[in-house]
Formats: sequence, C-alpha cells, structure tokens
Amino acid sequence: METKMILTDEEKAILNGEKGATMAKVIKTLILYGETFGAKRFARVTAPGHLVTSFGISVLSPVFNITQELIDAGLKAEMPFTVDPRPIDYKNVKCNPIEKLIFNNFLYGMQDEYELQLRQLGLKDKNAFTCACYLDQVGNTPKKGDILSWAESSAVVYANSVIGARCNRNSGIIELFGMILGKVPEFDLLTDEGRKAKWIIEVRTTKKPEAQILGSAIGLKVMEDVPYIKGLTDFIGTELDDETKSYLKDMGAATASNGAVGLYHVDGLTPEAVEMGEKLINKDAKVYVIDDAELERVKASYPVMWKDVNGKPERCFIGCPHLTYAQLHQWTAKFEAELKRQAKTKVGMKTIFTAAPDVVEEFKTKDKATYDKLIKMGIKLTSICPLMYMNNPLCGKKNVITNSNKLRTYTTSRYFTDDEICTIAVKGGI
Amino acid sequence: MAKEFKGRPVIAGECTVEAVVSHGGFNTLASFQKSALARKKETIVSDQNNADLFGKNITGKALCLPKTIGSTTGGMVIYTATALNIHPRAMLFSEPIDSLAAAGVILADVWTDDTITTVDNLGQEFLDYVQDGMMIEVKMDGTVIVK
Repeated sequence: METKMILTDEEKAILNGEKGATMAKVIKTLILYGETFGAKRFARVTAPGHLVTSFGISVLSPVFNITQELIDAGLKAEMPFTVDPRPIDYKNVKCNPIEKLIFNNFLYGMQDEYELQLRQLGLKDKNAFTCACYLDQVGNTPKKGDILSWAESSAVVYANSVIGARCNRNSGIIELFGMILGKVPEFDLLTDEGRKAKWIIEVRTTKKPEAQILGSAIGLKVMEDVPYIKGLTDFIGTELDDETKSYLKDMGAATASNGAVGLYHVDGLTPEAVEMGEKLINKDAKVYVIDDAELERVKASYPVMWKDVNGKPERCFIGCPHLTYAQLHQWTAKFEAELKRQAKTKVGMKTIFTAAPDVVEEFKTKDKATYDKLIKMGIKLTSICPLMYMNNPLCGKKNVITNSNKLRTYTTSRYFTDDEICTIAVKGGI
Repeated sequence: MAKEFKGRPVIAGECTVEAVVSHGGFNTLASFQKSALARKKETIVSDQNNADLFGKNITGKALCLPKTIGSTTGGMVIYTATALNIHPRAMLFSEPIDSLAAAGVILADVWTDDTITTVDNLGQEFLDYVQDGMMIEVKMDGTVIVK
C-alpha cells in the first residue's frame, strides 16, 4: 500500500503484516483516517485511553466481531483504559419486568460478553465505567500536552480545553485502534495550528450563564470550530478549582453535543489561554455575542419531544456527564433547600443522580452523612449512562426531565435549568 | 440536463444510484438507530429532527449531505450499518468530510466486504442542485454527475 503519511520502519513493517494481518488492518485504518485529514505522520499516545462503547447492545455485533478479532490476534491496549458508563442498574434505576426482559435478552443481551472482551483488551478495573474518566477519583487524568486516543465527546472536549491535552474527536473503534497501536495520526487538534480559535465568543450576560445553555449556544453557532470565550471569568473566576472545572465540564459537553466542539479556550482561565492569550485567535475569527436575550432565544428553541407536551414528568436525571464530587455536594444542598422551601421531606418524583463509580464510592464512605441525607430525600445515586438508558424505544417513551443539554439532544428528554429542575423534581410536576 | 460536480474521492468507487438529500447535518446514530435495532433490511431514517430525511429509505442510495453530526459512535454506526447491509451505496458531502463519517466509511472499507463510495468537497452548489430521486453517477476520480 502506497502511503502519503511518512511512516517509520516499524510502522511500515506493521503495515506489511509483520505483526499479523489484524494489526496490519488496524494501522491501515488509522493511516487512511489520518490521510483523509492531511496527517503527515503518527504521534505517540502518551496517556491511557478512553472508549466510548460501553454497551453490549446486540445490534452492534459487527463491532464485537472486530473486538474479538483483535483479542484472537493477541492484541490489547498499551495502557489500561476507561470506558463510558454501563447502560443499566436495576437496583437504582428501576425497570418493569417487560423492560428487564427486553434489556437482558435483546437490547443489552451482549453486555456480559462485551465486558469480558473489554477486560481482555485491557480495561482498567471494575470501576472504569464513566464518561468523566478525567476526575481525580477515577484517575484517568492526562497531563497538559499529553497525546490521547479517546472518543467520548464530553471527555475529549474536557481533556483538550480544561487540561490542555491533545486529542481529536475520534469515533468509536478508531480510539481503540489508537490505544492498541499506541499511536494516532497527527492532525487538527493535535497540532498548534488546529488549536487556534476561529470564533471569538463575547459573553455579555448580566449574571452567570447557565453552563448547559451557554455551551449549547456556542456549539450550535460554531459547530466543529474552536471558540475563544471572553467575559466568562467575570462570573466563574480565574481559578480552575472544583466548582469551575465542574462548570466547564457541563458547558463543554453541551458545546460538543449541540455542536461538534472538540476544544474551547476561556480567556484568562484554561491553560492554553492563560499561556498564550489572544495569540490563540485566528486573524479572521468571527465574533458571536451572547447576552441574556440570546440565551433565552436558544433555550426557547429546544423542541419538546414528549408525545403529550403537557404530560407529567416521570423521571428526572441529573448528571450527564457524570457529576463531580463537588457537584454531588452542591446538588444535595440544593435539593435540601428546595424541600425545605416546599415544606416536604422527599422528592415528588423518581430523581436520579449519576456519577462515576469511584466518585460514588468516595461520597458514600467519606461523606456518609451527606449521602444518607440524599437517600433520605428519596434520590437515587447510580453510575449508569442516562443516555444509553433512554436511547431505546421502550424508555424513549417515558416523560424524562433533565438539566443536561447532551441528554436532551440525543433523547426525548426535556431540558430544564438547574433551578427549574430542582423545583419540578421536589414538587413532582411542572 | 446533467450537471457535473468535482470532489475528492475519500473512498473511490463507481456507481449509478438514486439520490436522497439532507440539507442539514446528518445525525448518524439518530438516523440508523430505529431500523438497526429492529433488525430491518433497510434503513428508514428515524431522526425526527431531520425534516428532509425522516421516514425515508437510504439503503442502497446516494446520500447527499453537508456533513454528519451527533454522537462519537457515528463512525461505528456507519461501519455497523455496512456490515448489516443496510447502508447507503454512496455518501456525497458538499463540505469536507468530518472525522466521524470518515472513520465510518474507512472502517467499512477495511473491515467489511462492502464499501460506501464516498466523495467530499462537492460544494454548496451540489447540495442546492441535487434533489431526491435524481440519478447520480459517481466516478473513481470524484466526479459526480447529477442526471
């Protein structure tokens, strides 16, 4: 095979089959992928990977055939990797018998087999199932400048923007191939040029913007381009503390799902913006001004996908992407205050918080009093992916509310702001 | 009268098939999901947000689009659709192909016995001109003739 990418002797040997036919197909796929985007060479992956495919959904059997071929060829990731959350947790997210039957036998009928494949390919550990793998408790936290082979869009945008690592917006399977080869084609967000902003976002709101709506507005406007956000530190400060990182996690996930943003810079806050400032902005960058009216306009544009738009909400999901440790505390306090305000002791509808298994474990053990308080309020804490839970014909019919713009985008769930959702969940209706 | 457009062959191939057109971004997961889950023999687009394609059959056709959008499972879904034989015969992009679609058509090319002929950079004029039901001839060099 003639290649436009410049390959090392080792890479040429792999392509010629010296490490087996399957490994040759792995590198061929990555070469074709890189050449499509003008990559000149491979870059070495310097930190553990993160997989987007966590669900043993039967229809993906062709994908599981590839993973089995990799295993049969004796291949595995160079470093232990994390993976997106599991789709089901019957203990904390109740399902009726019909749903269970369909989930176990049809929809997610290959979950156990797929998890075995993941372990054979180098899964980090039993707690490795989260979309927020970069959190301290989980431990798959890259350093600034690390080259990654990740796919989950919310994790990619966080790693690029908040940490300053380098990763393209890869598809599922491609990220696994990069982990196995230990190299990824060097293009776009792996290059200095590709990390420059094509948009200037001027935040001119009168109060701290709702992270999920701000991210949505930015994503819808800039799509896959890199934005440089000005004016946001007036509201969230210049310290990358837990609260600020949580805000950026949620804002970034919305930019990535409502658009296709893989990297954003926040003036005076994110590492590359602190280091390089406005040198990161392309000369011909376009400007998008976001004020209170623009955020209202964006929020009002979200369609309600429920069959009965006046229907009663049945279930509330908070934590897509998974909540941070700090957010578990913030949400517990927020619900406690709202229950007091409405003179109630328990929430009025099924309310589920989602967080990484390691974060849940730490919350349960180090902050047992707060955890007990949360449970006493009638709130469940789980580590599933609410998106995967909902992304099927059965659960898609339920009237679900969420404060996640990602969940809203990919499912029939209905979006409400943090304050609104807290009020509705406690009240038990809109 | 036939009109000719020139793009870049991402997955080179030749075919003459009927066009289906999406003027907005094609949400891969949302579009294939319902037919794939129901193990249908054809893909009837299930993305309710895509007014152009919702309810239409795209299997075996030339899918004309600006780019794909949505979940990073997108490439994997295109590959799966090809392995299940419910894929479009061609994907013709008016814009430069996005990383998720590129991954999908390349995975299909390398890891299945079938292929999705793919051309990108065809320009906005292509997307403005082409309409559902028109016949499209794709040539190896990325030439696309709309009849």
